[in-house]
Amino acid sequence: MMGTLRWLGRRLGGALVVLWLVATAIFLGIRLIPGDPAEAIMGGPGSQASAEALAAARAEYGLDLPLPGQYLMFLGKLVRLDFGTSYSLKDPVLTVMGEVLPSTLVLALLGLVLAWVLALVFAALSLRANRFGELLGNMVEIVAAAVPHFWLGAVLIMVFSTMLGWLPAVDNGSAAGLLLPVLTLALPLAGFLTQLMRDSLASAFSSQFALAARARGASRLQLFWRHGLRHAALPALSLTGWAFSSLLSGAVVVEAVFARPGLGRALLSAVLSRDIPMVTGIALFSAASYMVVMAVTEAVERLINPAGVRA
Amino acid sequence: MSRLAKLGTGVFLVLLVVLALFPQWLAPGDPLAVNPAEAFQAPNLHHVMGTDESGRDVLTRIVHGARDSLFIGVAATALGMGIAVLLGTAAALSPRWLDEAILRVLEALYAIPSLLMALLIIAFTGPGVGPAIVAVGLSTAPGYARLVRSQIRTLKASEMLEAATVLGRGTLAKVRNHLLPNALRPLLALITLGVGQAVIWASALSFLGLGTPPPAPEWGAMLAAGRTYLHLAWWLSFFPGLAIVVVAAGATMIGRALGGKVNAA
Repeated sequence: MMGTLRWLGRRLGGALVVLWLVATAIFLGIRLIPGDPAEAIMGGPGSQASAEALAAARAEYGLDLPLPGQYLMFLGKLVRLDFGTSYSLKDPVLTVMGEVLPSTLVLALLGLVLAWVLALVFAALSLRANRFGELLGNMVEIVAAAVPHFWLGAVLIMVFSTMLGWLPAVDNGSAAGLLLPVLTLALPLAGFLTQLMRDSLASAFSSQFALAARARGASRLQLFWRHGLRHAALPALSLTGWAFSSLLSGAVVVEAVFARPGLGRALLSAVLSRDIPMVTGIALFSAASYMVVMAVTEAVERLINPAGVRA
Repeated sequence: MSRLAKLGTGVFLVLLVVLALFPQWLAPGDPLAVNPAEAFQAPNLHHVMGTDESGRDVLTRIVHGARDSLFIGVAATALGMGIAVLLGTAAALSPRWLDEAILRVLEALYAIPSLLMALLIIAFTGPGVGPAIVAVGLSTAPGYARLVRSQIRTLKASEMLEAATVLGRGTLAKVRNHLLPNALRPLLALITLGVGQAVIWASALSFLGLGTPPPAPEWGAMLAAGRTYLHLAWWLSFFPGLAIVVVAAGATMIGRALGGKVNAA
């Protein structure tokens, strides 16, 4: 019990340090842009913000205070989850994020699930000692490392939408419209996970307990289901944090390719219009959710495999 | 590496160098020459990869676009690796508290997905080739830095270093003569893989409209422009993307042959 509490405390402390560092980097970034910081917050000189808007930004960010005061005010607002107002959308950043978040969450979660399922199937198939297995193994590697989301999405649209006419090319809110974006997001991730699972499956199948199970008359499928799966899952599970962050990166591109609303698209348009409050909100949110995912992953690992817990 | 792998690597690298430095050898045409009379031609004998909405030859543009796409990838990897070697070596040789502090900073950088970090940097700098290099370089640096640090730490405990200490060598001499050369050799595979990934990230930025501006024939930008005509002219999107895949796959296979592994790092 004490160990768990200590672990929780250390995790929380680490996460706060990380978020503080990210926030400080953004604060410094705003000051490093040449010219008026108020103008920088409002999208740079190109945005031609009105005098009233600039005055409002100065008041909101306390730009007439000395620098340490500005810094404290900036941090104080973030602590209260007040990310300010998106100047390009004229709405509070938190409201905008709340509106687009569900769509991205659905995309990312379905992508993660599909990637896991595909990876398990690919890993099991590519272990077969024939030419098909070998070919599949090599293909998976190339797709994982060399096929960018934006091209994969375009090719999938060409094949399933233009040529076959089975699925819509643009997300229209239907389940069918979700299929291509999810597939685009899942395939490269599935490639990475397959490589990982194949190695651990291979070592599980060549172990003593696999031989014993086979001697007891277990079929290959039973062996995979009862023993292999657990060994394949653990190393892949430890990569969940990384998978989550690659899904977030992928979502930015996939949402652009399929004209899908979401966090990624909100971020992209915020970057294009240099909407600093919006960018700040999304950056801190994704860093925070990464830390949460990492902590949950570690907690699950502690449950599954208490022996492997690092002190 | 087997002889065949060496040969393949050699041919691949020579091809890339020719593409980047002497594109006119392979595609004598002008990548920017507009010819509306020949717009939207499907791949044929005269235009092997077809023509785009302004009648420009897609193959010519891909060949001439190699310089931009490859340059951003190589420059970004060099920048990321440079920062990583500085930070990683500094962390490994520092007293415990400083090592811990640098690790925390690296962890903070690592907590932001790489494309998001690149977007964050571009939000402050504005779009362009330079910002794209800085963005991709900085977003890959934390992963490399953690590997450099662990390499150096392993070497620091080696007998070679003990011998250098006994012989009274200074820290700088030890870093220059022993630590860096031995740490960098295993990193070579990683750098090769990294260039492939950086080319993908850089073209993703151009695809999103944040890297090379049109009408320059950068691969990601070409794909973005072709996306408007996806239903009408598939070749506008397909071939530039294929070029990215070929380069990234080649880099991956060379990196694997050198003993690297594409992983989460």
